[in-house]
Amino acid sequence: MDSLSFNINGGYLEGIVRGFKSGILKRTDYLNLVQCETLDDLKLHLQSTDYGNFLANEPSPLSVSVIDDKLREKLVSEFEYLRNHSVEPLSTFLDYIRYSYMIDNIVLLITGTLHQRHISELIPKCHPLGSFEQMEAIHVASTPAELYNAVLVDTPLAPYFIDCISEHDLDEMNIEIIRNTLYKAYLEDFHSFCKNIGGTTAEAMCEILAFEADRRAFIITINSFGTELSKDDRAKLYPRCGKLFPDGLSQLARADEYEQVRQVAENYGGYRTLFEGAGTNPGDKTLEDKFFEHEVKLNVNAFMQQFHFGVFYAYIKLKEQECRNIVWISECVAQRHRAKIDSYIPIF
Amino acid sequence: MASYATSAGIGVGLVTLLALYVGMTYCLTGFGFRFDVGWYLEAVSPYMWASTGIAFAISLSVVGAAWGIFTTGSSILGGGVKAPRIKTKNLISIIFCEAVAIYGIIMAIVLGNIIADFDYNNASREVASANYYAGYSMFAAGLTVGFSNLFCGVCVGIVGSGAALADAQNASLFVKILIVEIFGSAIGLFGIIVAIIQVTKIKMGKTAMP
Repeated sequence: MDSLSFNINGGYLEGIVRGFKSGILKRTDYLNLVQCETLDDLKLHLQSTDYGNFLANEPSPLSVSVIDDKLREKLVSEFEYLRNHSVEPLSTFLDYIRYSYMIDNIVLLITGTLHQRHISELIPKCHPLGSFEQMEAIHVASTPAELYNAVLVDTPLAPYFIDCISEHDLDEMNIEIIRNTLYKAYLEDFHSFCKNIGGTTAEAMCEILAFEADRRAFIITINSFGTELSKDDRAKLYPRCGKLFPDGLSQLARADEYEQVRQVAENYGGYRTLFEGAGTNPGDKTLEDKFFEHEVKLNVNAFMQQFHFGVFYAYIKLKEQECRNIVWISECVAQRHRAKIDSYIPIF
Repeated sequence: MASYATSAGIGVGLVTLLALYVGMTYCLTGFGFRFDVGWYLEAVSPYMWASTGIAFAISLSVVGAAWGIFTTGSSILGGGVKAPRIKTKNLISIIFCEAVAIYGIIMAIVLGNIIADFDYNNASREVASANYYAGYSMFAAGLTVGFSNLFCGVCVGIVGSGAALADAQNASLFVKILIVEIFGSAIGLFGIIVAIIQVTKIKMGKTAMP
């Protein structure tokens, strides 16, 4: 019965998000962008879209990193607007979206501290959506263990550390393993939160998050071939909220090569088609691209239903994909290497 | 969530058990005749039936209209930020919801005008029975129009919200969805028609005749 009471607190914001969504670039916009010769051309074309004059105040030789920053700024301002106008439980939902960026930022800061970089170098590299109050205080810590005790324990991510990483581990573990362990705990937490909300939100979100979990399992498995990550350690990194749990995950844990991973995917209808088209030949799409396409499809489907929170998550993810697309096209244009300029993922 | 459901379940269970106990006691001790529905219907004054009917007519209609208006209104506000052209056209949905409240007030006024004085203690059988019939009819008419307007208002509200958001994306969709709203609005009209039919033949007062 979401439709009866959702609009009391969420109706206005849902209208706003759908308005934002109509500003996402369409195929015709991408066709225009792909034909640009220089970055200034690109800027001109973007002026006629929802982005408007966002690059107006930038000094003349534009660089791709400036474009990337400005795109991100727009996304952040839209997200902040939504977050500021929301009430529970939507505000907790939007906070969960933030936590994934926080994890990336924390891993960045820990790596930076380990390599003795100064905090002021690291803060500008952090994603603005993932900023938290204690970020400035990170320089007081010199080892990851101190970092945890002094700083991280106050952030909203503390429960994810407690569940899986001890102080001792922080010093010894590979940074990527920390990132994946945190992300696993975050994904499972988010999944159970959406399930508790129930209704249409659970329907839309659990499907998206299950794919995210399975995708991470596949990517972790494939990337771990040839490294010294043991199979047990690998199995500890798989999020359990996807369709692959429990059988697929145990099979993946035993896999030794790409063919075996593909075998596991054969058992699951949705994933078999993703593996089929993928390959490393020049004309093929890579597996990562197929995963991105599938993710875009699931996110677009979230907009087919009304009165649920999935539209907010889907919008942020689609906007991110759009940012990646524009940056890809900009890079191809800037380097004049137009061979793969069409490998962006069209959204609408 | 789980504790809500279990405590609600326990509450319902206890109430049912109590009702069953009381009912069985009456039944098995030979006092079953005390549970007298007919006595209740006659003992309550026809003015009470009539007035409660009027209250239901207007209040449930207003609840339905309010529900519909907030559902549609918040979507129009949200959608209108990025697509300002939808603002004026979508007020039609609000008007449909408002119509539901108007049906309620019309019915309430019609019912209110029927109430008249009769000599409760000394009336003849015919006059009393006509007045009682009037009271029951007005209660039923009030429920009829109240509930049908409640659901009609909710329905038009949800459809109107969808219409506003669809219009914001694609302007040609609005007219199509409006047709759905018109059908939704028709069910409120059915309610008031049936209620009017229910009260056409009744009369209250000292000269009422069955």
